[in-house]
Amino acid sequence: MIEAGLAPRTKANPYRKRINREPSPLLATGVPYATIILASLLPLLFVADTGPLLPPLGFLMLIGWRLMRPGLLPSWAGLPLGAFDDLVSGQPFGSAILLWSIAMLAIEWLEARMPWRGFWQDWLVAAAAASAYVVVSGVVSGAKLNLALAGAVMPQIGLALVAIPALSGLIAWFDRLRLQRIRKVG
Amino acid sequence: MAPPSSRRSGHSRRAQYSLFTSYVIAAAGAVLGAVLLGVSLWQPSAMSGFRGAAADATEPAGQAAAAVRAGSGSLLDDVAAYFRAGSQNAALREELELARIRLAEAEATRQENARLKALIELSESEGKPVAMTRIISSTSTSARRFAYIGAGRLQGVRVGMPVRSERGVVGRIREVGASTSRVLLLTDSESVLPVRRASDSLVAFAEGRGNGLLRIRLINLGINPLKPGDVFVTSGTGGYYRPGVAVAVVTSIQPDGGLARMIADPAGTNFVRVDPIWQQQVVEAATLDTTQPAKATEPDQ
Repeated sequence: MIEAGLAPRTKANPYRKRINREPSPLLATGVPYATIILASLLPLLFVADTGPLLPPLGFLMLIGWRLMRPGLLPSWAGLPLGAFDDLVSGQPFGSAILLWSIAMLAIEWLEARMPWRGFWQDWLVAAAAASAYVVVSGVVSGAKLNLALAGAVMPQIGLALVAIPALSGLIAWFDRLRLQRIRKVG
Repeated sequence: MAPPSSRRSGHSRRAQYSLFTSYVIAAAGAVLGAVLLGVSLWQPSAMSGFRGAAADATEPAGQAAAAVRAGSGSLLDDVAAYFRAGSQNAALREELELARIRLAEAEATRQENARLKALIELSESEGKPVAMTRIISSTSTSARRFAYIGAGRLQGVRVGMPVRSERGVVGRIREVGASTSRVLLLTDSESVLPVRRASDSLVAFAEGRGNGLLRIRLINLGINPLKPGDVFVTSGTGGYYRPGVAVAVVTSIQPDGGLARMIADPAGTNFVRVDPIWQQQVVEAATLDTTQPAKATEPDQ
């Protein structure tokens, strides 16, 4: 046994912290839900009086997690998460429950047919989902449908397309956070 | 690469059943969502209790963001003023703009007074606001234009009350929570407001279009007398809004009216005031149920 005072000074070893540690189950399962809820809440902080200002961040976060980690979110995750989004998004209650559930099932269906995936394909899938979501949620929002409204949601779709890669980078960071080895084994 | 699919449940019965169950729940969720959506479109206030609770829960973050917004706004103004023409320029410009609006409103008030003096004496005063508060958040991803303010049932706010800033009308209370309320902004496509031109008594409706502009629809069709720059103020018809509050400035002309920009810019507004309903008895006479204004008799819904 080596005395504490006599132990040779070793450099900080990044692997030392990981020995005898495992990911916390709370973080491993909770981070996706927490980040999707936060993404639903974030648009509230911006005051948009002229038109839809931000892309549907909650939905993009859900799709991003679903594409990056298949099987992590159960396919019914759209039900509770969509219900929360409906409470704060300004849409009539039920629209996100419906659309998020359909999106989860549609991606499941798509994945069975095209299991091979890459960055561009994920972007394409998320872009198609986000564009369809913006259009359909505008249709069911209860707003009077006219050309002016159609013009107002176009920037939102454009922003969503641009935001997808940035969000997937963010999700990758959250995924590393999710699997941080912080729980002591034994 | 091919991702590890959750679909491959292998030979485990348990895994197969749980996968199947998750699909059933997801499909049931979609159906439930469709039913709830139908109910919400049919009865828009159906889930207002839950929405109110959610808005109340997120109020502190909204208040903090509103404070930051106000602070950063003035900082930006200061920087802008420095770069433009000295520190007072921005302040003076804002004052001038306010003075212009006030001038238009004063003109409207003069007209109103002249008209009312011809009628019997109808007592009308500014009155005390129900609440002075901030716009704390808004629904910035939806196609609907709602905002939340930091005053609710506990402060005496009720459904239908008009909300205005120091510049003009912002919108009307749509749902009330304990300490927050949801405001239907003028720019929402469901908002219709009876207005008249400040310089004369040309009456019109200001309808939201959903893209930030208001459509001024004249009631008397004929030669379109509008000019860009015309200021429209509330006419008081319907009983919700006090007459003579600034609403919109015409920016372009259309065959049957024009497009106008809202004068009160909610994003740039620091404080808003909630006023009592101007003529409660008019509203009550025009509507069967005060929470659900009837569309046929009430143009302001």
